[in-house]
Amino acid sequence: MTATETTDTTLRTVTLNVNGQTIRQEVESRTLLAYALRDAGLKGTHVGCDTSSCGCCVVLLDGDTPAKSCTMFAVQAEGHQITTVEGLGSPGDLHPLQQAFWDQHGLQCGYCTPGMLMTAKAMLEHNPDPTDQEVREFLSGNLCRCTGYNNIVKAVQQAARVMRDEAQAQALAGMVPSTAEGGAQ
Amino acid sequence: MSIETDATNNAGPQTLTMGKGMKRKEDPRFLTGNGNYVDDMRLPGMLYMAIVHSPYPHANIKSIDKEAALAVPGVKAVITGEDLVAASLAWLPTFHGFDKQMVLAVGKVLFQHQEVAAVFAETREAARDAAELVDVDYEPLDPVISPFDSMKDEVILRDDREDRTNHIYHWDSGDRDGTQAALDDSEVVVTERIYAPRCHPAPLEPCGCVAQFDAMGRLHFWVTSQAPHVYRTAISLVTGIPEDKIRVISPDIGGGFGNKVPVYPGYVCAIVGALILKTPVKWIETRTENLTTTGFARDYHMDVTIGAKKDGTVTALKVKTVADHGAFDAAADPSKYPAGMFGVVTGSYQFPVAFAELDAYFTNKAPGGVAYRCSFRVTEASYAIERGMDILAQKLTMDPAELRRKNFVRKDQFPYDSALGFTYDSGDYEGTMDKALNQIGYAELRREQAEKRARGEYMGIGISTFTEVVGAGPSKHFDILGIKMFDSAEIRIHPTGTGIIRTGTKSQGQGHETTWAQIVAEELGLDPQNLLVEEGDTDTAPYGLGTYASRSTPVAGAALALAARRVREKARKVAAHLLEAAPEDIEWVEHRFQVMGVPSRSVTMKEVAFAAYTNPGEGNEPGLEASLYYDPPNMTFPHGAYIAVVDVDAETGEVKVRRFLAIDDCGTVINPMIVEGQVHGGLTEGFAIAFMQEIPYDEQGNNMAPNFMEYLIPTSVEAPVWETGSTVTPSPHHPIGAKGVGESPNVGSPAAFVNAVMDALAPLGVTHIDMPLTREKVWRAIRNAEAAAASD
Repeated sequence: MTATETTDTTLRTVTLNVNGQTIRQEVESRTLLAYALRDAGLKGTHVGCDTSSCGCCVVLLDGDTPAKSCTMFAVQAEGHQITTVEGLGSPGDLHPLQQAFWDQHGLQCGYCTPGMLMTAKAMLEHNPDPTDQEVREFLSGNLCRCTGYNNIVKAVQQAARVMRDEAQAQALAGMVPSTAEGGAQ
Repeated sequence: MSIETDATNNAGPQTLTMGKGMKRKEDPRFLTGNGNYVDDMRLPGMLYMAIVHSPYPHANIKSIDKEAALAVPGVKAVITGEDLVAASLAWLPTFHGFDKQMVLAVGKVLFQHQEVAAVFAETREAARDAAELVDVDYEPLDPVISPFDSMKDEVILRDDREDRTNHIYHWDSGDRDGTQAALDDSEVVVTERIYAPRCHPAPLEPCGCVAQFDAMGRLHFWVTSQAPHVYRTAISLVTGIPEDKIRVISPDIGGGFGNKVPVYPGYVCAIVGALILKTPVKWIETRTENLTTTGFARDYHMDVTIGAKKDGTVTALKVKTVADHGAFDAAADPSKYPAGMFGVVTGSYQFPVAFAELDAYFTNKAPGGVAYRCSFRVTEASYAIERGMDILAQKLTMDPAELRRKNFVRKDQFPYDSALGFTYDSGDYEGTMDKALNQIGYAELRREQAEKRARGEYMGIGISTFTEVVGAGPSKHFDILGIKMFDSAEIRIHPTGTGIIRTGTKSQGQGHETTWAQIVAEELGLDPQNLLVEEGDTDTAPYGLGTYASRSTPVAGAALALAARRVREKARKVAAHLLEAAPEDIEWVEHRFQVMGVPSRSVTMKEVAFAAYTNPGEGNEPGLEASLYYDPPNMTFPHGAYIAVVDVDAETGEVKVRRFLAIDDCGTVINPMIVEGQVHGGLTEGFAIAFMQEIPYDEQGNNMAPNFMEYLIPTSVEAPVWETGSTVTPSPHHPIGAKGVGESPNVGSPAAFVNAVMDALAPLGVTHIDMPLTREKVWRAIRNAEAAAASD
């Protein structure tokens, strides 16, 4: 039996919801989500290992579930909300996690960084006040060859603090009428 | 940020930027998915390439049938070694200069996963499908896996070479007879075979390229290269394409660590594919290709012998090494230093006499021998001497710190000529070790260890006080393919006082966009935020030898400082015109030009820059730029003192790293935040080498760690928490006193880890265990020691 006999190479259209946008793309059944995203021009999602070991390809499904997009077919992602690093923040409007990685020197070559950020985001959705050990355990599916992780842990902790403060401020803001928002400054 | 106040620097109180932990300018790009890596390249009509690899480590190729592969929809071509022979492209030179390497196997394969054919197709998937269908008929041959078997020459591996031997070269340095005589006279002699195992740098971005010939026949080649200019020259030499018709672009590079120095067969195949198919070709290697075919590191078997007096004073060092270079001698070393800078094996100590020799052999393993986060074999050398000193300390029952103190090169002895011919530029080894001992609380740790030993617990303290040698290198000694190892800088200041900086180096995460801007900003009194750094495009950057061997700051950093000073000299004349004074009466004070002794009459560089384009003054050349090539007068010698504290579980063999302190002295610190980041990363790789990472081969020649499920890289859970600190001994010959740091932690730390574990097991009489110190190996060593004790 040959590869061509066993592989369905028929193209089909997949509809993906990525960062709030709808993307329609022609893919084979076996096309991996990571490649579908990259072929759609979302190059922040990286492929580093082919065995789901490195985590450079992590994206979020439905807001809080980290998924290694090299272990998932594009067709499996239909019906899910996908968030990639491009949906996290932009150079002029960084997410607290991105800001914290910058502040704490939590990246060097930057190749693992998008996956690292997405995994960290998922963790903080589930655990807004993690211990260092909890951060390390949650990030253990994301390899980094440059930083030695110490500064990544610091960055996640900084982001966690900022995000907790923001959440608290939002909760407090909810206690007063919305008309007060502008005038209180 | 606390790090700014911790920064120690010798640039004085008036620094604009030097010594400050400025956040990296490149980061917003990486943080938002806007990096530009090679795999991000997409060109109209681009084809994908996949490579067919040999399953055998040694076999004759009887035939290759392309038919089934060519029948796969979307496949455009399949090329084999025979096709390349017809085009005279079957061999490529290795950077080492002693050998050449097959691009695609012709007649015979020499290592498992060797490249046998290349397939070009419209999609990534079709190329891989078709690669599986290339039908190669092999006749397996007995493989030679150990260099100790290889040296018997019973099977000659390379029939393309005239010399009928597997021996590649012999290198030696020092005084053979004098060393032997001193050893014969020594009161104490220790000797140990110490193996630096084969491992792999494994950057997270694999290697890859995109080749495109434009309508004018010019090759545009995007590639994961640490040395783009040398690639351009090498491509020209291999293909015959004139060098001006080749543009090599290294965009953002996702880590290199030495792996992205050599030119690999896949690059040549992609260029050939783009040429014959007249359309762009992309090749991005798989992780397995990365781990099985591209530059591995180490694989040095070192017999280390140290002679000493009973009081611990060392008298002689002898190191005899057998190096396994695999199937082709693709080791990345300067051609005049076939064993690289292994001559630094005398370390930080005053050996009155020493002798090192090395013999390299071919085997049926992957070729290479890159400097994995070290400058050309320094990690092996440092590991050998720092292990050797601890073995001597154990034999003498001397504290390893005191043994080192007794033998250090003293700070008043610099410049110091080592017994193996290096001139160490500067250092304060004892001061650095004392800082480390105090900071970690060494005396208290030894007391705790004694208590634990009394309770039968195995706690270990390991010291490594290493000397690195970086900054390759002075043209009188160093070259790659004959090209001298200078580097370069070009600075253009625009009318509004912003500017662009270009060098021949190439960052792979080291933060050049920030560090280079800081150096130039400091020299010119400009804002580093407005100095754009651009590297990696051979059309625009000046020729340089690239970024590896911690050479960027020692060589290109010096070029930048000196080029900036040239700009300043030119600016001085314009300033003189603006201030209506003679140029020799203008001084540079607090980052401004000032009439000597008259602080009220001064102009800023920004004002001078505008004038350089609008009103330069009679007789002054308009514009404000300079370029410069820098040939370093000597290497630089960073040093450090590292201390590891471990607990070993005697029941399971598990080693727990409780603490690790690294005190580094890399001369003047440009950006302490970046230096600390480099140290953290290097320590983590050193930890990995000590405990996890190895590319082992079985007796049949199978690579046993071809992916990240078997090649174990530390995750955030294994990686220890690092404690760091610094001392500063500027290099006397570097314009700003900087020495380089990226590799020191990887060079210095493996010995600290292993010394700590051996120190823990010393009560059992264990002297040495080869890395990686896996749980099983440690457990076996403990059981064997117990069995030996029981049978006594």
